[in-house]
Amino acid sequence: MHDKTLTELAAGLAAGEFSSRELTQALLARVERLDGDLNSFITVTAEQALDAADRADAARAAGNAGPLTGVPLALKDIFCTEGVKTSAGSKMLDTFVAPYDATVVEKLRAAGTVSLGKTNMDEFAMGSSNENSFFGPVQNPWDPNAVPGGSSGGSAAAVAAGLVPAAMGTDTGGSIRQPAAFCGITGLKPTYGRVSRYGIIAYASSLDQAGPLARTAEDCARLLTAIAGHDPRDSTSVARGVPDYTEELDAPLAGLKIGLPREYFGEGLDPAVEGAVREAIGVYESLGATVREVSLPHTHYAIPAYYVIAPAEASSNLARYDGVRFGHRCENPADLTDLYKRSRAEGFGEEVKRRILMGTHTLSEGFFDAYYKKAQRVRRLIRQDFLDAFDEVDVLMGPASPTPAFDLGARKDPVSMYLQDIYTIAINLAGIPGISVPAGFVGNRPVGLQILGTHFAEARLLNVAHQFQQATDWHLRRPALAEETL
Amino acid sequence: MQWETVIGLEVHVQLDTRSKIFSGASTAFGAEPNSQACAVDLGLPGVLPVLNEAAVAMAVQFGLGIHAEIPEVSVFDRKNYFYPDLPKGYQTSQMYHPIVGPGEVEITLEDGATKRIRVHHAHLEEDAGKSLHEDFHGMTGIDLNRAGTPLLEIVSEPDMRSAKEAAAYLKAIHSIVTYLGISDGNMAEGSMRCDVNVSVRPRGQASFGTRAEIKNVNSFRFVERAIAFEVERQVELLEDGGEVVQETRLFDPERNETRSMRTKEQANDYRYFPCPDLLPVVLDRAYVDHLRDNLPELPADKRARFQDALGLSAYDAGVLSASREMAEYFEAVKEVCGDAKLAANWVQGELSGALNREGLPIQDSPVSATQLGELVSRVMDDTINGKAAKQVFQALWNGEGQSADEVIEAKGLKQVTDTGAIEAMIDRVIADSPAQVAQYRDAEADKRGKMIGYFVGQVMKASRGTANPQQVNALLKEKLDALC
Amino acid sequence: MALEHADVLRAAHLARLGLDDDEAAHYLDDLGRILAMVDQLQTLDTEGVAPLAHPLETTQRLRADEVTETDQRSRFQRCAPAVEQGLYLVPRVVE
Repeated sequence: MHDKTLTELAAGLAAGEFSSRELTQALLARVERLDGDLNSFITVTAEQALDAADRADAARAAGNAGPLTGVPLALKDIFCTEGVKTSAGSKMLDTFVAPYDATVVEKLRAAGTVSLGKTNMDEFAMGSSNENSFFGPVQNPWDPNAVPGGSSGGSAAAVAAGLVPAAMGTDTGGSIRQPAAFCGITGLKPTYGRVSRYGIIAYASSLDQAGPLARTAEDCARLLTAIAGHDPRDSTSVARGVPDYTEELDAPLAGLKIGLPREYFGEGLDPAVEGAVREAIGVYESLGATVREVSLPHTHYAIPAYYVIAPAEASSNLARYDGVRFGHRCENPADLTDLYKRSRAEGFGEEVKRRILMGTHTLSEGFFDAYYKKAQRVRRLIRQDFLDAFDEVDVLMGPASPTPAFDLGARKDPVSMYLQDIYTIAINLAGIPGISVPAGFVGNRPVGLQILGTHFAEARLLNVAHQFQQATDWHLRRPALAEETL
Repeated sequence: MQWETVIGLEVHVQLDTRSKIFSGASTAFGAEPNSQACAVDLGLPGVLPVLNEAAVAMAVQFGLGIHAEIPEVSVFDRKNYFYPDLPKGYQTSQMYHPIVGPGEVEITLEDGATKRIRVHHAHLEEDAGKSLHEDFHGMTGIDLNRAGTPLLEIVSEPDMRSAKEAAAYLKAIHSIVTYLGISDGNMAEGSMRCDVNVSVRPRGQASFGTRAEIKNVNSFRFVERAIAFEVERQVELLEDGGEVVQETRLFDPERNETRSMRTKEQANDYRYFPCPDLLPVVLDRAYVDHLRDNLPELPADKRARFQDALGLSAYDAGVLSASREMAEYFEAVKEVCGDAKLAANWVQGELSGALNREGLPIQDSPVSATQLGELVSRVMDDTINGKAAKQVFQALWNGEGQSADEVIEAKGLKQVTDTGAIEAMIDRVIADSPAQVAQYRDAEADKRGKMIGYFVGQVMKASRGTANPQQVNALLKEKLDALC
Repeated sequence: MALEHADVLRAAHLARLGLDDDEAAHYLDDLGRILAMVDQLQTLDTEGVAPLAHPLETTQRLRADEVTETDQRSRFQRCAPAVEQGLYLVPRVVE
């Protein structure tokens, strides 16, 4: 059952081929057996999962099943889950049992899905390799020496390894799309405001957005339909109707206008990655799409702008971890300042501290205008680049990452790690949706094709991704690990 | 040297909303510690703020009440600093684009003169929690019930020149917010607090002196006392050749002095930036117009109407319009008796005296406005004389009777105007006072006027105060003069 | 804009992050390089471009003034490191 897509499993449940309990038990057994070295889960909630599976089976028996009833999945450990540890990959929250559910979690629960547990991640979602987790690095299921990408590395690895058919992630600068690319699965970052942020531990509030990681675009469409929508508890969520994102999946692509951003095919792009991406674009041409080059002239300012805005917001968002109401508190504080300084020094890891220091510095007196205000102006220019491009074309395509997954421990220098996100980060600054789909391999490591659309064009993106997956089989490839059966 | 005092006030007003500014937790005062601190107020991981419509409406009403500009767009910023009563490590406030722009408040001074004090702006923000310093094994306890209560911070220009003006300004703000019903204005419970910026400069100097900020002064009286002390301190310092240090000071009402708060080892840097969890607040014209159309009559307008339409003196109009409760009471008395001046005299005289003696606010007066209005009517139609009226008032105050008429009836206080009855009493008094009559007769004609007072008193006493004093006077004079 | 050791210490203090001298030196080096990368922003002319705070530029929605939350103190304080009589405890705060 582990090699099926979410859509197939949902159909199997509906047809009564197996129960949710059987499916859940089978997957929990896989987690038990395979996740030791993989380390994709921080917390496995077997008992709650079986209870949820039983409820789902009962609902189905009573004729109350919805399209996702009984479907297992996993949640990045950044979504608050009532009664379950929610760590954000940090020592700071190692003992934090959330007293409430995130809106996304509530919606998934209401849809009858079964969460197997909480997946590993870079601490507070800060990272591109999952090496910044207090709970240890995650292996890439395709190659144990490679990183799974980050920050939703645990979610991507768990799906790629066949532990769950889908998992929820968050994406602030590429944290869904890049690990999806590295692990050979499909990952969607929706438009900013499409999915509620309530109950998602904040990294950078104006950039964070939750989305699904799964094997196929079709699976992502089903999940987005379940989690999208306005939330009265999130001021930045958008009051806009939610379509059934599966409805347009089969629309033909003839006449689709694809733009290739010149800046996404330049220096620093691994030629083998470029080759795979260009081949994928060739597939689109064969499906009737037309391709033209476009320009996003401010692309090279995206990483600098991001590393002002995101750390600034983070430095403020993470001030609440002070050892008073929840989270790590140092032993025997001498005074209040000691309580703060030691609790935070002990509770946060190196990358988190780096970004807090960076954000604190750029917001401080004398620097605010030169850094923060400047970055916000550049942000407008970056967004305008995309809006201008979408006047000309329907979607943009390019690589999700300049290289395939790199080796664990290979990127020691923070700046070189940051530059890894060159193709994903601008998308968050602009707030547009993006999806990464499997598009080949470099050696044994997957390559992701990134498809971008204008604000709220998720249905179109999913359609474009789905049609590719009807024409190719990259998304059906499984790592050796996932082929192992019990 | 002649010194001039320069004062600016930052007044924090707790808005009287049911729920908090960014959460659905209750704002009720006095609950069990932390029982009204919800996930959002506690700043739990993952929570987000959503702005309370009533807080916005109240801020706009205040702005309209001081004739301020109401900008179309206002923005919330984060003020970042660590303190245990500040759960998120930042206070959500409005630094760059406040909800209320420049306006002005008219104050009335003791001599009845008025002065306009400019308001620089007013902005919305969330209140912090409270630190309780009782000893918990040497620890401090934190109660976050108040965290997230909406505050309107009203920042004046440095337009005040004396402690009295500052107190008058604070009173004017108090009366505007209570008239609008946007705050209970209860200073004892902390619903209104202010920070006072004080500096002095040689009279005639254009530039301001270095100022000290006195934090968290929470009564009208303390504002005056704190400023008086601070001005004296600064003048002394300057006259001794010293310099005023720009710093934050605390007023100690028990020792009647301000003292420097321990200076932080490093200056604060609040790192304000726009709150990414909240979007710009955009107020459309129709919304603002709707609020404007529904504003109640405000103190300044009421004062003007009391003077112009009711013919009250500037002083009376000022006193009677100072609080919404006072004005409502006065207008109700006037409504019943129909005479504004008499109503004003009674409310400010007998009633205010009694309230002051008992320390009661006017809304808790044992004598209702209707009762007082009826009492005044009985004076006006000569049913009782002034002296009896005071007895009736006292009886009503003590709860001896439901209405003025009932008390008059029960106590037999109805004025005696029957000439025959009064003459009989006079005759008795004259017969009982041969010595005084002799003195009267022997006195010079121009001294007699004073001496008649004794006889009036005796007659009034004999009537138990019910005789009409004018009639008593006239008849006595007639009879005594007949004896001369 | 060059970064100095004192800037790192100042930021660490503002952020209440305990750093020893070695750590501060390490972060000085890292932050220096990150800022050098960020300083590319200064080469871009943004004259006349308004800052963009949110990607969608929508406006704040207002919530009706209703009490929707009930007392959940015991639940919320289960994850608190130190409480007594319903209060969160911190080392003595000196005013």
